[in-house]
Amino acid sequence: MRFEHPATFNPIDQLKVVGRPTSRIEGPLKTTGTAPYAYERHDVVTEQAYGYVVGSAIGKGRINAIDLAAAKAAPGVLAIVTAGNAGKLDKAERNPAPLLGGPEIAHYHQAVAVVVAETFEQARAAAQLVRVDYAPGDGRFDLAASRDKAFTPDPKIGGPADTAVGDFAATFAAAPVQLDATYTTPDQGHAMIEPHASIAAWEGDGLTVWTSNQMIAWGATDLAKTLGIPKENVRLISPYIGGGFGGKLFLRADVLLAALGARAAARPVKVALQRPLMFNNTTHRPATIQRIRIGADRDGKISAIGHESWSGNVKDGEPEVTVNQTRLLYAGANRMTAMRLSELDLAEGNAMRAPGEASGMMALEIAIDELAEKFGMDPIELRIKNDTQVDPEHPERPFSKRQLVECLREGATRFGWSRRNPQTGKVRDGRFLVGFGVAAAFRNNLLTKSAARVRLDRDGRVTVETDMTDIGTGSYTIIGQTAAEMMGVPLDKVVVRLGDSDFPVSCGSGGQWGGNNSTAGVYAACVKLREAIAQKLGFNSAEAVFADDVVRSGNRSVALAQAAGNDGITAEDAIEYGDLAKTYQQSTFGAHFVEVGVDADTAEVRVRRMLAVCAAGRILNPTAARSQVIGAMTMGVGAALMEDLVVDKRHGFFVNHDLAGYEVPVHADIPHQDMFFLDETDPMSSPMKAKGVAELGICGVAAAVANAVYNATGVRVRDYPITLDKLLDRMPDAA
Amino acid sequence: MTRVSFDVNGEPHQLELDTRTTLLDALREHLHLTGTKKGCDHGQCGACTVIVDGRRINSCLTLAVMHQGNEITTIEGLGSPEQLHPMQAAFVKHDGYQCGYCTPGQICSAVAVLDEIRAGIPSHVTADLIAPVRLSNAELRERMSGNICRCGAYSNIAEAIGEVAGRSA
Ligand code: FES
Ligand code: FES
Repeated sequence: MRFEHPATFNPIDQLKVVGRPTSRIEGPLKTTGTAPYAYERHDVVTEQAYGYVVGSAIGKGRINAIDLAAAKAAPGVLAIVTAGNAGKLDKAERNPAPLLGGPEIAHYHQAVAVVVAETFEQARAAAQLVRVDYAPGDGRFDLAASRDKAFTPDPKIGGPADTAVGDFAATFAAAPVQLDATYTTPDQGHAMIEPHASIAAWEGDGLTVWTSNQMIAWGATDLAKTLGIPKENVRLISPYIGGGFGGKLFLRADVLLAALGARAAARPVKVALQRPLMFNNTTHRPATIQRIRIGADRDGKISAIGHESWSGNVKDGEPEVTVNQTRLLYAGANRMTAMRLSELDLAEGNAMRAPGEASGMMALEIAIDELAEKFGMDPIELRIKNDTQVDPEHPERPFSKRQLVECLREGATRFGWSRRNPQTGKVRDGRFLVGFGVAAAFRNNLLTKSAARVRLDRDGRVTVETDMTDIGTGSYTIIGQTAAEMMGVPLDKVVVRLGDSDFPVSCGSGGQWGGNNSTAGVYAACVKLREAIAQKLGFNSAEAVFADDVVRSGNRSVALAQAAGNDGITAEDAIEYGDLAKTYQQSTFGAHFVEVGVDADTAEVRVRRMLAVCAAGRILNPTAARSQVIGAMTMGVGAALMEDLVVDKRHGFFVNHDLAGYEVPVHADIPHQDMFFLDETDPMSSPMKAKGVAELGICGVAAAVANAVYNATGVRVRDYPITLDKLLDRMPDAA
Repeated sequence: MTRVSFDVNGEPHQLELDTRTTLLDALREHLHLTGTKKGCDHGQCGACTVIVDGRRINSCLTLAVMHQGNEITTIEGLGSPEQLHPMQAAFVKHDGYQCGYCTPGQICSAVAVLDEIRAGIPSHVTADLIAPVRLSNAELRERMSGNICRCGAYSNIAEAIGEVAGRSA
C-alpha cells in the first residue's frame, strides 16, 4: 500500500481497541520470567557450548602474535577463533570497525578472540590464558584537542553538514541582545540491562542465530555479508530484547563470534558480551562540543540563530547530528548550522536514544533559558514568541502538526509554573535550594517502509507475523491492537509473532519510527486480508464491515471463523510512503518541567518532581506510550546528573566500563513522574495518524534539569553531567 | 566438581557442579530456570536477585556450592502466567517494566523488601531505628535501588509495589 495522501476516516478511527490504555499482552510472560531472551534458549538446540570473548587491551595498534597454546590445553576447550584462523571475513557498511580485530586494532576491547568450551566457567578460565603480544600505536582520543583538525563530514542521515539562511554573521553581530555560549556533552553508554547475546547453530550451510537485535533484516544481511555467505542461509530470531536504545541496531561481535565459534567447534555456541566489555566493544553516544549563538531583538524575537557542533568517531563513522533540531525548532530569519567531525580511535559512536536531538537539545534548551534571562523574560514566553509553524529553513514546508505552544502552556498549568521564582537561589526548603526548570521537547518523525503478514484461521484467530521487534516499546501490544481493530476481533483473538527474519521485513525498532510504521504495515496487510475475505464471500469489500468476529455486508453476515474456512486466509503487504514527509515537516513536540532541590551545603542535586506534556500524533496505547516517555525522562535525568563515559586520553578507552562505574539513575534518583498527552492525530504520518514518542521523551529533559539547577542556585553549568564538583565552589552562601 | 543439594521453589535439586559455578549460572544453565537474569555478573545491576532462606541476594555474587540445604525462591516460584503472584499482577497492571529484563529481579526484590519492612529491618534512610519501619517513598526507593531498570520504569514500579503494600507511592 502506498501512502501518498493525507489519511481520511478508516477502521482505525473506530478506536475500539487502538488508543485505549492496554496492558502489554506479553506482560504475564515478562513478569514470571518465562519470556525467552536470546541467551536462554535451551529449548532450541542441544549441546550448546559456551563462548567467552577476549577484548583488545590496547586502544590502537597491532597484534604481533597471539599465543593460544595454554588456552587450548585448558580443560574443556573446544575451539578458539581469532582473526588469524577465522578465514576471510568481510565487513558490513553498517560496521565501520571490524567486529573481530587483528592484526590491526581499531579500538579498546575490540574482540580479538572467542574461546569456546564445554562450560561457561571453563571458557572464562581459558580466556585468561590467551596471551596477546601487542604493538601499541598512537591513537587519537581527545575530542577537544582534535577540534582544529575536524573536517566537514557528509552525513548519511539528518541532512547536510552545513545549512545557512540569510546573513547570520551580520545579523548576529548587530543584534541588540546576544548569547554566545559553548556546551559540552560527554560520551554516554546505552547500558541496557540485557547484554548483547546470541546462540548460533549451523546446519550444513544454514546458520540460525537466536539473538537480541532491534533490526532483524539489517542483522541478517550484515551477518551474511560479514561471513561471505548468501543471505538466504542466515536466519535471525529475536522475539524478546532486554533493552536496546540504539545499542542493538547493528550486527555486533556476539553474533559473529557465536557463528564463528559454532563453525569451529562444530557445535551450537552461545556468547554474551561480558558486561565490562560492552562499553568499549560496542557503540556509544559520542561526546559533543556545541557552540550556540543567538541574536534577538529587544522584544525577544530571535533574528539570528547559529549552532555549531563537533564530535568524533572512528574512520567512516558518522557525526553526532546535534544541530538537527536547531534547523526546525525556533523562528529566525538568519540562521546557520554546521557539524564537524574528528577521526578518533575510541570505540564507534552511533545512535543512542534520539541520536542528534538528545545531545542537541541538552545544549540548545539551556541556551534558550540563558537568552530568556538576558531579557528578564519567562523562558516559556520566549519560546512561544519564537514559535514557527513552518520549517524555518524552507518556509514553504509547513509542519504537519505542531503543538509546542500548547504543550508548554498545558505543562505550565499542570506543573504550577507560576510558582517559580525567576530570581535564582531564593527558594529554600530545609537544607535544599529549590528550583524549577523547563525545556521544549522535539524529535522528528521518520517514515520508513514496513511489511507484515496476517492470517485468519478457521477458529477466528488472527495471526500477525512481521520481523518487527519489541525492545520494551510495546510493539507486541500495539500491533495486536491494530490487527484487532482492523479485523473486528477482540485483542485476545490476535496472536503476534515478531523478530524473525523469516517474517516480512518491517521498519524495525529505532529512531522512534517503530510504533507508527510497523502498525501502518500491519494496517496495510489487514486491508488486503479484508479484501481477500470480502472477495471470497462475494461481498463488496468497500462496504464490508468487520466487527464482533463477524463480517457484514448489507443484510448478509458471516462469522470470521467460517469465512476463513479450513485453510484460513493469508495476506501480506507493506506500507510505503509517498512524499508527504517532503511537503510537510513531520515532528513530535513536548515540554519538560522539572523541580530540583540542591543541597545548600553539599550541592547534591535531587530531582523532586517531573512532568512531560507531549503532542505526538495518535497515541496507540497510552499505557505503553506513557512508559516510553517516563523511561526516557529517567534516562534524561541520567544525562543531566551522572552519565559520563570518562575517557583515558593516554590509553584510549572508557575507564568506567561497567554498571558500577557508569552510573545510571536508580530508584532513589527518580521521583513520581507525571506525563500527559495532548489529543492529536496526524493524518500526514500514516493511516494510523500516529507518530513516535519513545525518543521525544528524552529530548530536553537534561536541559530542564540544568535550568532547574540554575534557578535553584544561580550556578550555570554548561558541561554535562552536572555533578556536584561543578556546583560546589559557586554555590550561594549557605547562610 | 562438587555435589550440592538445595531446594528451588519447593523442589529438591541435587547437582554436581564446577565449584566456580555461581548460583545464578546453576539456576540458568543447569536447572534451566532462566527467569533469573544475568545483567552484569558482578553484583551491579540486581537482575539476578533471588530469595534465599527468606532474604534477597544477588545470585551472581555467590557460588552455588555455598547453598547446601538452602531454600531458594526464584521468579518462577512466585507465580506463573496463569496464576500471577500479587506483585507480578501489580507490575502488569502498572506497567512496571518495558523490556522485561530487569523485571524478575525487581519483583523478587520488591517481595523481599516488603518482608524486610514488616520484619523491622532498617535501611540507610530509616531515621528512627527503634520505631517500626514505615514504608515511605524514600524507604521504598532506597531499598529498591540495587535493582537497575535502564528502561526507566521506576515510577511505575513504585506504584506497583505501593499497591501491593496497600498504599500509594
Ligand atoms: S547479574 Fe547479578 S547483580 Fe547484575
Ligand atoms: S524493564 Fe528494561 S531494564 Fe527494566
